[in-house]
Amino acid sequence: MAGTGTAHLRNAADTLLRVENLVVEFPVGRTGLKVNAVSGISLDVLRGETLGLVGESGCGKSTTGRAIMQLPRPTSGSVSFEGKELTSMGGDQMREARTRMQMIFQDPISSLNPRRKVRDIVMEPLTIWKRGTKADRDQRVDAVLEEVGIDPQRAAESQPHQFSGGQCQRISIARSLVLDPSMIICDEPVSALDVSVQAQVLNLLEDLKARYGLTLVFIAHDLAVVKNISDRVAVMYLGKICEVAGSDELYRRPAHHYTNVLLSSIPVPDPSIAVQRHPIEGEPPSPVLPPPGCRFHTRCPAAEDRCAAEEPQLREIGDGHFVACHFPVHGGDAPVAVRSSSSAG
Amino acid sequence: MSLNVSQAATRDSGDPLLELRDVKTHFRTPRGIVRAVDGVSFTLDRGKALGIVGESGSGKTILSRSIMGLLPPKGAIRSGSIKFEGREIGNLGRKKMRDVWGKEMAMIFQDPMTSLNPLMKIGKQIAEPLKIHLGMDNTSALATAERLLQDVRIPEAHRRLSQYPHELSGGMRQRVMIAIALACGPTALFADEPTTALDVTVQAQILDLLEEQRKDRNMSLILVTHDLGVVAGHTDEIAVMYGGQLVEMAPTRVLFANMKMPYTEALLQSIPKIEDPSHTRLMAIGGRPPDLVNPPRGCRFAPRCPYVREKCENEMPPLEPAESPGHVYRCWYPVGSPEYLEFKERNEQAAAAGADVPVAIGGAA
Repeated sequence: MAGTGTAHLRNAADTLLRVENLVVEFPVGRTGLKVNAVSGISLDVLRGETLGLVGESGCGKSTTGRAIMQLPRPTSGSVSFEGKELTSMGGDQMREARTRMQMIFQDPISSLNPRRKVRDIVMEPLTIWKRGTKADRDQRVDAVLEEVGIDPQRAAESQPHQFSGGQCQRISIARSLVLDPSMIICDEPVSALDVSVQAQVLNLLEDLKARYGLTLVFIAHDLAVVKNISDRVAVMYLGKICEVAGSDELYRRPAHHYTNVLLSSIPVPDPSIAVQRHPIEGEPPSPVLPPPGCRFHTRCPAAEDRCAAEEPQLREIGDGHFVACHFPVHGGDAPVAVRSSSSAG
Repeated sequence: MSLNVSQAATRDSGDPLLELRDVKTHFRTPRGIVRAVDGVSFTLDRGKALGIVGESGSGKTILSRSIMGLLPPKGAIRSGSIKFEGREIGNLGRKKMRDVWGKEMAMIFQDPMTSLNPLMKIGKQIAEPLKIHLGMDNTSALATAERLLQDVRIPEAHRRLSQYPHELSGGMRQRVMIAIALACGPTALFADEPTTALDVTVQAQILDLLEEQRKDRNMSLILVTHDLGVVAGHTDEIAVMYGGQLVEMAPTRVLFANMKMPYTEALLQSIPKIEDPSHTRLMAIGGRPPDLVNPPRGCRFAPRCPYVREKCENEMPPLEPAESPGHVYRCWYPVGSPEYLEFKERNEQAAAAGADVPVAIGGAA
């Protein structure tokens, strides 16, 4: 994966977010070395769409989410949101822009102030931006809390520790909604939750998205979760995008060898399904000294000499299906079965 | 492993490795007595892999720690019998348990970073139990440590002996934990969420490694996890826990083919399936796990069960045997019963009429 390129960007009128050649680097102490967290990725998200960003720890998916919010500002590249370029905006303008793009985080409990009442936490964005009258704000907060399934009365009396993890994630979602944003970046919002609660929160996000016409960027390492919620999925590896496709298409016919490996690593909750495994050795290399050429070539089952020398560019192999690989699993025609079922299930 | 619950007993031949009878672990807290594990009985045969599955707070971790004798010394009230290789270990003190730990039972934990000593070299950490439990001298302990690192597929094993934990990745550290646990050749290995902190590709490697070592060493494996996907492919038998109790237990294939307890069904249905098209509505379980200070009087799942009836709220169902040997469940109106089907139809009609999915997401507040 190692792919760069912008072939997969769409020229649609209703593009809400467009990221081009985003680079984020962090210095390593005073060594002069740098962590290549994100190395030239491009993405676009249409209004009302959910884009899934998936990959293993250290692939740069969270850094991408934060760099879109300009937290921190990217090293280079462009981020255009609602037609405005964010990377060149000043502090005040950026603060204003962030009311339109909100973020929710992995750990719902530590992302809420433990000393404040839950209702005040949800109210705060409205107070800061002096939206409406006091009565308007009260009404708005109660409505949003009801919407996410939290009793406003209880929220007025309680602090975050009096709620469960799933409820705290609902509160975070309420806080992100009060300013009526057009986009929410969800960074692993359900990874810390039990499966039963995870399903509640995913359903809630789907409902809210429909009701408010939200656009979501959904960052997660769990491929099944990402598939469930996303319209389009980008697979990342070591700071690069390997593959982009509609979510059903990506899972039905993965073209990048890394996507294939990821899909076949998922434990299947059904012992009668025989998974065709594509075992992979080792772990991702260090982003301080990423491999040349395709960054995945050191672990790729199909790597050849060319992969170490030349970086593949993202190219289209099917309708809306892009892959950055010199020797993809398929060229876009033959269907590839990831698993075969020995029973009807 | 088979069940050994009063009338539900159908035991395989041979002595079980582990036999639990009415094990209870309660904790004294300012709020009252927390019934974390509340009367669990089962047996586990040598060389088998058992998955213990449940949500946070179901008692699965406390159960495995009760068996290992790793409970906090204060506040825990234990009762019931835990027999390991025919010997009662439930009442042994920490000092006596030291002879059991390592040689007979070992445990690996969820977080490989905090379970290793950050100031001690890898080699020394693996050699330590070999010297203490098996009385090896330093040279042979280090040589064995190197062989163990090779067993768990750590490349350049010799060089790793003199490295510190922070020099290794998360997956490598979990392999070191496994090497330490295997060092004294235990007959049972407890793994408490061993892959939860790891990436999906590394998780698959670690699960394969555990299975391979279990088979090579004819060791029993107890895999404690919240993820039904993890246990489906790597266990012979599964025990589902809810509210401190065993609510269903069966051989893995039987459980997935014919689950009886609506909770097990709900747990499986709430997982997003990779085979389903995107935006498939998930079957969430409404509400929250019970408060174990004041658990519900009847079935502990009743307040969240979409098929609940009056009897469920008033009388606790016993563990009943199902048709297949070794399959037990705790439910008055199990999956497939006429009462279940009646309410399932009712729920589906309600859903079609606009109410939220049969298992409502409401009530979670």
